Amino acid sequence: MVAENVVFGIIAAAMVIGALGVVRTKNIVHAALYLVVVLAGGAAQFILLGQEFVAWVQVLVYIGAVIVLFLFGIMLTRAPMHPKESLDNDLRWPGAAVALFLAGILGGLLVKTFHADKVDIIAPTRTDAVTNAIFTKYIIPFEVVGVLLLGALIGAVVLARKD
Amino acid sequence: MLLNQFLLLGAFLFSTGVYGVLVRKHTVLVLMSIELMLAAVNINLVAFGAANHTVAGQVFALFVLTIAAAEVGIGLAIVLLIYRNLRTADLDDLELLKD
Amino acid sequence: MWFLDNAWLVPLIPALSFAVILLFGKRLPRKGSEVGIAAVGASFVLSVGAAIQWINHLRNADGTSALGALGRAVGRLSAEGPAVEPITRATTWFESGTFKLSAGIQIDGLAVMMMFVVTLISLLVHIYSSEYMRGDVRYTHYYAALSLFTASMLLLVVADNTLLMLIGWELVGLCSFMLIGHWWEEKPNSDAALKAFLTTRTGDIGLLTGVVMTFFIVQRYTGHGSFNIVALNDAASSGKVSHTLIMWCALALLLGIMGKSGQFPLHTWLPDAMAGPTPVSALIHAATMVVAGVYLGARLYPVFWNGLSIGTPGHGAWNAMAIIGGITVLVGATLAFVQDDIKKVLAYSTISQLGYMTMALGVGAWTAAVFHLFTHAFFKADLFLGAGSVSHSGSHHSFDMKKDMGGLRKVMPQTFWTFVIGSLALAGIFPLAGFWSKDEILVNAGRHGYTAFVVVGLLGALLTAAYMTRCIYLTFFGEYRGGHAHADDGAHGHVVDAHESADAHGHGGPHESNWVLTMPLWVLTALAVVTGLLNYPAWHRFETWFQPRVHFVEAPAVPFNPILAIVSVAIALTGIGVAWAFYSGRLRALHDLSVRNAVARVGKMILVNKYYLDWLYTDVIVGGIKGPIAAGAYWVNQHIIDNVLNFTGRGARAVGRFTYDYIDQKGVDGVINGIATVTGEAGGETQKIQTGRLQFYALLLVLAVGLFAAALWIFT
Repeated sequence: MVAENVVFGIIAAAMVIGALGVVRTKNIVHAALYLVVVLAGGAAQFILLGQEFVAWVQVLVYIGAVIVLFLFGIMLTRAPMHPKESLDNDLRWPGAAVALFLAGILGGLLVKTFHADKVDIIAPTRTDAVTNAIFTKYIIPFEVVGVLLLGALIGAVVLARKD
Repeated sequence: MLLNQFLLLGAFLFSTGVYGVLVRKHTVLVLMSIELMLAAVNINLVAFGAANHTVAGQVFALFVLTIAAAEVGIGLAIVLLIYRNLRTADLDDLELLKD
Repeated sequence: MWFLDNAWLVPLIPALSFAVILLFGKRLPRKGSEVGIAAVGASFVLSVGAAIQWINHLRNADGTSALGALGRAVGRLSAEGPAVEPITRATTWFESGTFKLSAGIQIDGLAVMMMFVVTLISLLVHIYSSEYMRGDVRYTHYYAALSLFTASMLLLVVADNTLLMLIGWELVGLCSFMLIGHWWEEKPNSDAALKAFLTTRTGDIGLLTGVVMTFFIVQRYTGHGSFNIVALNDAASSGKVSHTLIMWCALALLLGIMGKSGQFPLHTWLPDAMAGPTPVSALIHAATMVVAGVYLGARLYPVFWNGLSIGTPGHGAWNAMAIIGGITVLVGATLAFVQDDIKKVLAYSTISQLGYMTMALGVGAWTAAVFHLFTHAFFKADLFLGAGSVSHSGSHHSFDMKKDMGGLRKVMPQTFWTFVIGSLALAGIFPLAGFWSKDEILVNAGRHGYTAFVVVGLLGALLTAAYMTRCIYLTFFGEYRGGHAHADDGAHGHVVDAHESADAHGHGGPHESNWVLTMPLWVLTALAVVTGLLNYPAWHRFETWFQPRVHFVEAPAVPFNPILAIVSVAIALTGIGVAWAFYSGRLRALHDLSVRNAVARVGKMILVNKYYLDWLYTDVIVGGIKGPIAAGAYWVNQHIIDNVLNFTGRGARAVGRFTYDYIDQKGVDGVINGIATVTGEAGGETQKIQTGRLQFYALLLVLAVGLFAAALWIFT
């Protein structure tokens, strides 16, 4: 088990650095790339947990589509690449305080609640178990999400139309 | 592996995302921070699913993923619209609600 | 007995005519005088009927009445004949618990006689006034007041309790005030009316006190109080009521009599009352109202008899009633000498004769006093109406004898003869009425032990004869002095213009009056001649008919004294003779005595100033009270009251300013403004949250969520 913890530790450290980079970098494109690091680290953690399907889906959808979308957005809004001024507004310290406060609360709660519960991975979860569950037990949310995607698609097209 | 380590990681990512939402000026960066938060939620969900030996965690993580993608699409469309109308995507310039 | 039982109609009919004249008089063809004359005529007829029935009633009783024998046995009789109760009828006026006030009539001989006198003279005056007051500006109101007066006087006479008498008394005072001030446009007339009212009011203090005391006298006697006269007389005679109470009651009532009947020293109003029209003077101030006091004394005689101990000369030889009456006789007679105004001579003569009546009551001569009242009414009214006739037709409405009259006997024979006969009656010459009545007074005085008053009476008779002779001489003899224009005496000037224009006969010079004026004169003269014989010693009809037989006093009858009669006539004739000699020019030694002799001059000045009584009353008493009190009240008002008010005002203003400055401006407004400012500031501060910046709102959101979570964590 120690190997898993070590791997976890490395990946977690990468994710932390990536997250901090997202919120602190002056370059927007670098922020997008740091986000890629975070999301990739997330996918790695999924694999560590034995959830392979969602790991790959995350890589495909999140990193593949969403980040690209972000990059397009950056391009289309002519976001400043080399800004002279900072990308933060003047709420830095209150924001930091609130975020830390929130982190503290959450952390405290989690520690208090879950003490030293363990995660035992017997075997990686089979994909067909996931898909079976989706199409039987969770069919309604699946359909709703489908409609949602349709709505989002149409919405985005309508919104972004030049007229 | 402790459950808590995943959960705490998720909490940290979430808080960082909150910080980013509150502090970043550019709308796209705010959207990125929101993605950060959603990623943290995903980690939590999957960790719980794994700890309890149920696929529900994964399934829900999939749904969150999907919704996040839809949301980013819409969000960027809005950002584009704002950019077209106001020539800027800075949130500080969007103060029409101020009296 | 119908007239006696329904004698309440007698005051009622003139009262109704008063109302009718007041409401409709101006629209009637003769302006109300016909209503007045008809009403008083009706009352006169009813009174005559009542008198006849009363006399018959007595005659029946005198026949075979068992009650009479009983009465004699009880020993309460004073006249010959059996006891005859007065006819009474009463209704309850007011009742509360055991206290009961009744109103009713009490008809006996005295009441019947008074009713006859009042209605007859009122009737003659009404007829006389229709010519005398023709064209007057307030003709209708004059007749209304005459009717009201007649009704009030009759009410006073028929009343069966002292309270009702008091009401009548006050009403006649009111009518006197109204009628004296008939021509109130001239200030002296309204002054005279006020003087009359106030002087009688002063006497009424005593009257009111006395009436209240009568209530308690009855209460002491019967157990529950009442104002009833029969009960009162019984109580006073019973000997069971404290003598002190009865004495004070008698003295209090005497004060009332002094005011109303013009006794010294409250007589000063009577001469001034001559400012009223002459028929009013004849009716009110000679024949009827002024005798209300004497009537009161006669009606409530047991109170006076027992209170002032009239029956026991040893103790009561100097009782107040007789003394006051005696003084009044002399005061009135002496003052009549220095008057130039014919009406004032007659006024003082009235005062003097009223003094005779009071004196008579005071010496126990009830019948004499009442009989004198009876005869005096006729000849005094005769004299007053005669004076009115003289002024109306002979002296251009002036009453000044020295300036405007003289030698009128040639042109006014009827007036002249009626006046002379009236004066002789007044002087007490045999066989006219005055002789019999005055003589009876003297006889009674002498017999009961009041010899001093006999002297007073004889002296009065001398003076009376003398001043009436002076008056006749100045008016009817000598040369006519009234050739010049109208001499309007301030005291009784009236609206001459209206009168002049309405005169049917032109005013050439003096002439005899119209038959409307002279007819009443002849009627009264006839009565003045005849009525004296009513009490002729042989048959004493007056006494028999009119003296009460029950509820009265034990006053033994006094037989006729021929010697005294002759003496009194002789004295009267002496008076006439001396006066005649003086005024017709003889007795030069006495002419202008007051100019040459200091004592005579002082005496004349005292007389002319009416014994300085008016000065005493007006300037000393009233002025002395008025002056300092008025000045004192003014000082208090200016310094004390005004200062208190100003201080209060200033204080209130200061409080107001303080309240405004501090409490209102700073305090209340401060609080209000403070609340507003705080709210504004708070709003201003709170406004800062609305930055319009999304991320700021998001910050707050997250912060709130964090706080909720922390709260949940802590509290669970």
